[in-house]
Amino acid sequence: MIGKGKVGCQRGRQVADITAIHGVTRPLIHVRSVRRKLDIIQSNPSAHGGRGALPSEGGSPSDLLFLAGGERMMLRIKRVPTVVSNYQKDEGEDAARRGGGCGRNCLQKCCIPGAKLPLYTFKRAEEIPGDKCVLEHDDNQAPVAFLDSLLLGQWEDRMQRGLFRYDVTACETKVIPGRCGFMAQLNEGRHLKKRPTEFRVDKVLQPFDGNKFNFTKVGQEEVLFQFDASEDGEVQFFPDAPVDADSSPSVVAINVSPIEYGHVLLIPRILECLPQRIDRESFLLALYMAIEAGNPYFRLGYNSLGAFATINHLHFQAYYLAVPFPIEKAPTRKVTTLGDGVKISELFDYPVRGLVFEGGNTLQDLSNAVSDACIFLQDNNIPHNVLIADCGKRIFLLPQCYAEKQALGEVSSELLDTQVNPAVWEISGHMVLKRKKDYEEASEENAWRLLAEVSLSEERFEEVKALIFEACSYTLSEKEDEHLTQGAGDDKPPLEGTGSINKGRNCNMVSGTQECLVLQ
Amino acid sequence: MEPPQLGLIEQSFNSRYSNWAREALDELPDNFTITDPCISGHPIVFASRGFLKMSGYSRDQVVGRNGRMFQGPNTCRRSVMEIREAIREERGVEISLLNYRKDGTPFWMLFRMTPVFGKDEGRVIHFVAVQVPILRRRQRRRNGEGLCGEILSNSCRREVCSSSSVELAGVSAADSDCRVTALEIEEKCEASDTEKQLAATAIRNVLSVLTHYSESTGRLVCEKRVDPHLPDIPIVYASDAFLRMTGYARNEVLGQNCRFLTGVDTDPSALHQIKQSIQAQQACSVRILHYRKDKSSFWNLLHISPVRNATGKIAYFVGVQIEEGSVDRHGLSPEMRQLSVVGSIKVAVRISSP
Repeated sequence: MIGKGKVGCQRGRQVADITAIHGVTRPLIHVRSVRRKLDIIQSNPSAHGGRGALPSEGGSPSDLLFLAGGERMMLRIKRVPTVVSNYQKDEGEDAARRGGGCGRNCLQKCCIPGAKLPLYTFKRAEEIPGDKCVLEHDDNQAPVAFLDSLLLGQWEDRMQRGLFRYDVTACETKVIPGRCGFMAQLNEGRHLKKRPTEFRVDKVLQPFDGNKFNFTKVGQEEVLFQFDASEDGEVQFFPDAPVDADSSPSVVAINVSPIEYGHVLLIPRILECLPQRIDRESFLLALYMAIEAGNPYFRLGYNSLGAFATINHLHFQAYYLAVPFPIEKAPTRKVTTLGDGVKISELFDYPVRGLVFEGGNTLQDLSNAVSDACIFLQDNNIPHNVLIADCGKRIFLLPQCYAEKQALGEVSSELLDTQVNPAVWEISGHMVLKRKKDYEEASEENAWRLLAEVSLSEERFEEVKALIFEACSYTLSEKEDEHLTQGAGDDKPPLEGTGSINKGRNCNMVSGTQECLVLQ
Repeated sequence: MEPPQLGLIEQSFNSRYSNWAREALDELPDNFTITDPCISGHPIVFASRGFLKMSGYSRDQVVGRNGRMFQGPNTCRRSVMEIREAIREERGVEISLLNYRKDGTPFWMLFRMTPVFGKDEGRVIHFVAVQVPILRRRQRRRNGEGLCGEILSNSCRREVCSSSSVELAGVSAADSDCRVTALEIEEKCEASDTEKQLAATAIRNVLSVLTHYSESTGRLVCEKRVDPHLPDIPIVYASDAFLRMTGYARNEVLGQNCRFLTGVDTDPSALHQIKQSIQAQQACSVRILHYRKDKSSFWNLLHISPVRNATGKIAYFVGVQIEEGSVDRHGLSPEMRQLSVVGSIKVAVRISSP
């Protein structure tokens, strides 16, 4: 975990201090400022640092990002987990249930054979530029995309069948007055009926545990449809397709405690029981879903462990909300354009610091740029959230540190009392509040204040950003180099939303070739 | 005034409710009378055993007579006027009233009256009045509250797919919370909550018997007026496909209740089901015979669902019509298509701008 970026380390830094080698007891201190990342990086034996490097391997700059603490002092917080499935029981009960036939029509070996679910297959976009991100559909009849209709119709169907714990549309909601347009919802019923559980928040990567709740345990009636790439390059829909375990299907299921209308879970390769961690293939699937739905009000989100994911079974969330999210309206400052056309910017004038990815010569380029960054973060134990917005055209990556602060008692009780767990939706500007008082007093000011606590500090964010770039071997476009040397203006304005400011800022980044990058 | 002939009285009751109705009503413990405003003099056509016992009269002395026979010198004239007004306006009323028994002794009772409408006619058929004796006297002045509903007229922000036939009907607040309007009254005696409960229960009992026993005569009655000429859940939005399907122009449709689609051969029970669902604030699907402007008929697979706005309260009912036999190119069933339209509208209405 990254601690808050405060200056000062008490003694001379040694490599042993910054590597989290097992068995070495060390006091529970934050890893404070990485003084100048250059120093550390240069002491790094390997050429590039992070992806795949695990603590026990030692000697990589990523190690300094671990919270010094070791196994003996795990960080935990108590939370009331959200019930996302009608079959979610307490973990203890699950163990007792194992072994018997379940009779619940779930997605495990007991019930899968013979199971049938609708299947939606999308067309892969190999040759289509990432920029356009609107796949050609054979039918240009409806302005409303088919997946959109399917999702809404299936969701409404489950509504009318009474599968949700409450009617989310009966929850009061409002746009908080102010320039950001934060949204607040009063939802008193979301967090009931479950006892508080201890969540480990200091490890972003944790192995899948079949004893705990996972999505193979949901009833099939909670699954809306299977979602996969089509074999023959055509969008197809099969109302009643067999669930073929061998093909490792991905599914879309309802969230029985919805935040908003249409709240679903995308579970890539559900039967493989992947833990909550990003991989290239799964992220690409999520991106396809955003594109296929074709609705700018339908966003997908991802929470890593430690960033308020509650279930350690790989899943993305999504729902509809017919207003722009504050994060989508926030101004951005361009950082760079990669060789493959992916443009990376960073948010500014927004309470949470993060990166924005867009463009790319192909969809895969955009997808991989983001997944690689996520993979770096998760391998280095940095909790993070991801928002896929604008029909897959813009992707926000937000590292955070709130859970750690919470565990270390650094969050004010006032904020804790709201019991808002700042996951991707909250960070994007949509707050679900449990208490009427909080809802009535919700203001742009206190929403900003809460989210500011979630953000990495400026210093820390700069470090993480630099490390991401370094680790992902983002190669710069040559065009970019030309621009830099010639001083020509970019054809795209570096700032969106406001216009003019063009502060230059030099930052040396060391990559294999020692290129110099000017951050505009 | 000559009391109306007994034949008319009998007819009033028997033509509407089956034979068993009388027996069922007699089994109810409550005190109540049923009157017919269409017969001259607005006479009582039925009096319960409980009522007769309470008032001390026999059945013959009561049936065919007007309710004023139970009033006396100390009965508040203003209250009586209020009751008369309610009758004239064909609505319900709840008021404390001083009545007199046959032996001349006065007693306070909570008088609650409600109209019963003929489903087809859309007009009042009978009034049901229950009388709950008030056991304690209380001195209090009570202020009335009026329920003021406004018919919401926002239209959908997101364009609904033009291939779907949709109409959106606005709900007034008064409809969703139907309560009897209490007027400002000066009363010497006020009923307790228990007594009001009793009155409400009694009314429900009677109405349920009447509604049930009117079915077999085919001349249904119901609690709420369903007159298409009253502003009752008017259409506030109609999609192009709806207009195409029905043959009407937009201005002919907006502001109307969708009853205009029904015609001669439309099954009343389908209409009844729709009304019940709306009143219960639930979704429903019916297959109903509808008529276009040119009088041609078509089978309509109609799905109606309540839609809530940002307050969390129901703001509209959406009706999605699919003409039977239409095919969706993607293989979505008509039901699924309808549900998806409902979903789109729910998303759009959910967070309207403040």
